[in-house]
Amino acid sequence: MTGALGLAYWAETSIKLGVALIVIPTAALMLGYLFLLKMMAFMQSRLGPQDVGPYGTLQLIADAVKFLQKEDIHPAAADRRVFRAAPVVVLASSFLLFVVLPTGPDAVVENLDTGIFYAMAVSSLSVLGVLMAGWASANKYALLGGLRAAGQLIAYELPLILAVMGVVIQADSLNLQEIVRAQAEGEIFGFGLIGNPFILTQFIGFLIFMISAQAELTQTPFDMPVAETELVGGFHVEYTGFRFLLFFMAEVATAFAFSALATVMFLGGWWIPGFDFDAPVLNVLGPVVMLVKILVVAFIIFWIRFTYPRLREDQLQKFAWKVLIPLSLANIVVTGIFKVVL
Amino acid sequence: MFLCAELPSYLWLPAQAADSAQGGAKSLALRSVSDLLRSYLTVAIFGAAAVLMAFTMFGVARVLRPQRPTPQKLIAYESGVDPVGSDWTQSQIRYYVFAVLFVLFDVEAVFIFPWATRLEVYALFGLVEMAIFIFILVLGLFYAWRKGVLRWV
Repeated sequence: MTGALGLAYWAETSIKLGVALIVIPTAALMLGYLFLLKMMAFMQSRLGPQDVGPYGTLQLIADAVKFLQKEDIHPAAADRRVFRAAPVVVLASSFLLFVVLPTGPDAVVENLDTGIFYAMAVSSLSVLGVLMAGWASANKYALLGGLRAAGQLIAYELPLILAVMGVVIQADSLNLQEIVRAQAEGEIFGFGLIGNPFILTQFIGFLIFMISAQAELTQTPFDMPVAETELVGGFHVEYTGFRFLLFFMAEVATAFAFSALATVMFLGGWWIPGFDFDAPVLNVLGPVVMLVKILVVAFIIFWIRFTYPRLREDQLQKFAWKVLIPLSLANIVVTGIFKVVL
Repeated sequence: MFLCAELPSYLWLPAQAADSAQGGAKSLALRSVSDLLRSYLTVAIFGAAAVLMAFTMFGVARVLRPQRPTPQKLIAYESGVDPVGSDWTQSQIRYYVFAVLFVLFDVEAVFIFPWATRLEVYALFGLVEMAIFIFILVLGLFYAWRKGVLRWV
């Protein structure tokens, strides 16, 4: 258990915590600026933010400062304590996701044995926060949005978990480092140079995972719970100022974390072809490789978000229960057969 | 050092040194239990850090923001119209049915996870067992489907 740096537990944990406290907001700001502001603008033939900082890079920081100065309004009818706690629950859920994400042989906060299981469990905590927000606001829009969000999140959580199962079967482990190792040491028809990124053997699983992740993040084809045109924002209608910003930050940070999970499970993670799995230099190069892959995956998520129109609530539920869940169950059985027979 | 002496050794020594400080050869099982607990201590610390970060931000905001509540401001927002009736209205039962279905399949997932990590050991026996298990659950899904539960009305 001695960490890579050979330091005492508390020292190492403090360093990791410090890094995480810098990395997580930076990740959220980067995705927010690159995709939500600039890419969306370009895709809609606009220029996006221009004035704050070079190319508008500091726009989101200016926005955060603005949010800090906004009055914090609690509706008179709201359940105050739950209303205040809800954004913290959502933020903590996305923060805890980052604990298991590996970015190098030793560059991981805590290499939990239950890795992917833990990640799925923690990410589903956000449902609780959303329901709390929707219920405690004592607003009809918020209640409808919260219920829709809960219905959608639980419906798409199942295919998400079941899609992961194929990867677990192939890697024989829940541990994310072991999943990366299985891909690094795998072979494609006896050709082992690039390992065996599971996107090749688990392509169906990858598709199911990405679609479900899109729904879990309530990004656009699946953004019924926060539909502006009919629910004026859903569960966060009543939130102002910094509490609203926490929801926003958590959403973008979770998008980053889910892209990272997809990278680790399907795209080979931080490993670079040609290197030893344990090469110490990968602790430096690994995070860079991870970042590039994460940005590619996140690009796909936001690209779909800006391209497709919203699904109707019944279509959305039907798609999850009648297409994705049977498909992912079939995927498990087929993967199992290949694992045992081959 | 006088500070460290107050703390249990596993908190301030590297893990192996801590083990030898506590009397050398500890059984593997014991050490791995302590490692396991310690890795979840990190999780708890990160959870606490997230909550602390949120509350620090709230503290900063409290200094910066104005606070002038008026009764009009505190009415629930319904697109500018005064809200009618109670805000905690009854909601449709259909969400409830989906929640029940979800619990079923989520429990199923909990059973599949440990099976998936050990499939190589169980081989054909495990595969057949799980195929039967999944088949029964799929039957349940089809039953719900035929009964029209999955239809959004």
